Amino acid sequence: MENQKKRQAAYMKRSLLDQGYLDEQFIHLEELQDDANPNFVEEVVKLYYTDSARFIRNIELALENAPCDFTRLDNLMYQFKGSSSSIGARRVQRQCSQFQEYCNAKNIEGCKNIFQGVKHEYATLKTKLEAYFQMER
Amino acid sequence: MNIGSGSLVTVPSSAASWKSSDVVSDQFPVGLRVLVVDDDPTCLRILEKMLRNCHYEVTKCNRAEVALSLLRENKNGFDIVISDVHMPDMDGFKLLEHIGLEMDLPVIMMSADDSKDVVMKGVTHGAYDYLIKPVRIEALKNIWQHVVRKKKHEWKDNNFDQSGSVEEGDRQQKPSEDVDYSSSANEGNWKNSKKRKEEEEEAEERDDTSTLKKPRVVWSVELHQQFVQAVHQLGIDKAVPKKILELMNVPGLTRENVASHLQKYRLYLRRLSGVSQHQNGLNSSFIGRPDATFGTISPLNGLDIQAIAAAGQIPAQSLATLQAAALGRSATKSAISVPLVDQRNLFSFENSKLRFPEGQQQLNNSNKQIDLLHGIPTTMEPKQLANLHHPSQSFVGMNMQVNSTSQHNNSVLMRMSQSQPRAQMLNGANNGSQVSRLPLSMQQSLSSEGIPGGVLAQSGIVDNARGSVYNPVSQASSMVDFSVKSKELQSYNFSLGSNSSGISTLTNRGMLQEAMNSDIKGSRGFPSNYDIFNELHQPKSQNWGLQNIGSIFDASHHPSIQGTQGVSSQLLLQQGISSTHNNGQNRNAPIGKPMYSNGEESGHASPMGGPQLNSVGGNMLAVKAERFPEADYRSIIFPEQFGQDDLMSAFLKQQGSVGPVETEFGFDGYTLDNLPV
Repeated sequence: MENQKKRQAAYMKRSLLDQGYLDEQFIHLEELQDDANPNFVEEVVKLYYTDSARFIRNIELALENAPCDFTRLDNLMYQFKGSSSSIGARRVQRQCSQFQEYCNAKNIEGCKNIFQGVKHEYATLKTKLEAYFQMER
Repeated sequence: MNIGSGSLVTVPSSAASWKSSDVVSDQFPVGLRVLVVDDDPTCLRILEKMLRNCHYEVTKCNRAEVALSLLRENKNGFDIVISDVHMPDMDGFKLLEHIGLEMDLPVIMMSADDSKDVVMKGVTHGAYDYLIKPVRIEALKNIWQHVVRKKKHEWKDNNFDQSGSVEEGDRQQKPSEDVDYSSSANEGNWKNSKKRKEEEEEAEERDDTSTLKKPRVVWSVELHQQFVQAVHQLGIDKAVPKKILELMNVPGLTRENVASHLQKYRLYLRRLSGVSQHQNGLNSSFIGRPDATFGTISPLNGLDIQAIAAAGQIPAQSLATLQAAALGRSATKSAISVPLVDQRNLFSFENSKLRFPEGQQQLNNSNKQIDLLHGIPTTMEPKQLANLHHPSQSFVGMNMQVNSTSQHNNSVLMRMSQSQPRAQMLNGANNGSQVSRLPLSMQQSLSSEGIPGGVLAQSGIVDNARGSVYNPVSQASSMVDFSVKSKELQSYNFSLGSNSSGISTLTNRGMLQEAMNSDIKGSRGFPSNYDIFNELHQPKSQNWGLQNIGSIFDASHHPSIQGTQGVSSQLLLQQGISSTHNNGQNRNAPIGKPMYSNGEESGHASPMGGPQLNSVGGNMLAVKAERFPEADYRSIIFPEQFGQDDLMSAFLKQQGSVGPVETEFGFDGYTLDNLPV
């Protein structure tokens, strides 16, 4: 049972990495985990979820403003992207970068579209990670 | 260590074994005390874990302001700071500046932004390293090297003597002196231990100090002096990095180095100018005292030392910041908000300032805060000169305080010392010329201003002021200390206020200045200058028998000057001043080489606004000459002729009043010539 769970977890992680949902940073986080902090990665990911919820909400609000404050949007996205990179959320990061490009171009529509992509990637990652941690515990 | 799961700030519960005396203990870098600042909770947690895994003692903080207050409260509580660049409450570079100025700790910047200009900004602001996020643990494993390197450099800077020969002597003396001072001034065994450590280091590095081949430019007191001189020569408005670089003619120095340092300097000056208002009152008092007994230069308080240290060590920006901070502190009035400088420090100056009869009161107000800054040449404005009197006082006070307050104040001290010298000069020199003492700028100013006091301040000559033994030696140490970081500060402190025991004397007088001066110089270079100050401060001999100094001076030998306790500091200053001043006026300035070991002096007479030196004869105050284009060293010039009274006491009393010498540095336009000797 244990072994099976472990294998499952390992498989899930491999798949997440291969599909680009996560990158090496996530592995580094796991390496930091030790007996004293056995759930370190999960703890960090939870912090990430809290942060992300705040960012997403703020970005949405900012996108609804007219005229759009692109500087603020860019700042928010920059922070969200940084946060995502710290746990290795590669796909989410990429979407953030694209968003920033549209932001620089002052393309509000482009931003809004990409933002949907950002939210989607984030939601997907969250689901997969939750399943992964379930297996890991 | 975490105070609580919810708290963002965790304080290490145990003292790292690394903290004390030995830079490298057996377990080093285990226990390295790191403060990590990042507004992103996820990143913060990850960094904390990584650092813990490196066996460091980690304190995390999610706000820059909190981080600063933590650092201020625990001056010696941390060895290194890691900070994010983009933070909501304060820009990471600003924090970097503050830390550099106030605590002089190595700071590592982090950011997800890896664009070249941002990284460059980190470099120019003096960051010890710049990490790109996401940060890997491997990158953190080696951060301890920055701590060691910094200490090493500081040590070098402090002990580095242009002439080379002086170093030996200085070194020898300094270590002992420092220890003394530290105990009296700032207490902290840590400081003492640091000093010792540094001494040890000194011994090792003695030989290659002359060629500072470090990749990172450390603005030693000497170097800063050269810089200030160059800036003065060009005129603060016209001082562009390229020209400054050419004037300085320092091999290996790049335009970028100068640019960043200039930026810091300007900031410092700006801050000082804010303080200078208070100084006005002070300055006059300073200058007015011809027979400057250099008064006890208030011991360099922690601030001074820091200032001094900062001068040497801190990157331009931090220096400026520090100065600003120093200024801000003391000058309650002036709007300068020196966040970093402890009020305490400022006060110490003020107390000393009290001594000065004239500026006393004024000093109290503004000096307190500004005094510290005085030392910092950055923003002294011409009007500062007037304030010089006061400023110096305050400065002195500040310095004094600075010293005591904390080692971390090195940077502050440095500043202070810088300004101090000025002030000291004024004080000690009574000559008014003191103001320009500031070691860094002092050279310039000294020459013109003949601010003996100022100079003294740097090296901790401050002692002289009080009549206490001006132990030149101590001063030397003080000077040297300046460059040394916090650890050194201690020494500075000492020198400033009290040469070893006579710290008080130093502090009052201008010791601070000296200390500051020394810092300003970058601590090393100043040896000569400091000496001058030291000597000058000798309260006993108010007379500006600079003549004697001439011999002492020997610009290149700073240490010698220091050693000349007997020589009234004034003499030294005078000498130095006269030489710098190049005007023949000097009174006696037989010293061909003004105090500035860097030899800048000679050329700088010009900056000095005026004959100042001439009058220096007794008033070293000629601080104004210094052209600290922006920094008003003037404010620092405390030339106020500090009476024999201990500046210390004066400062202590004044604490608040010491209006920072308001950047007296900028004595542009001051004509010290009226300084009665």
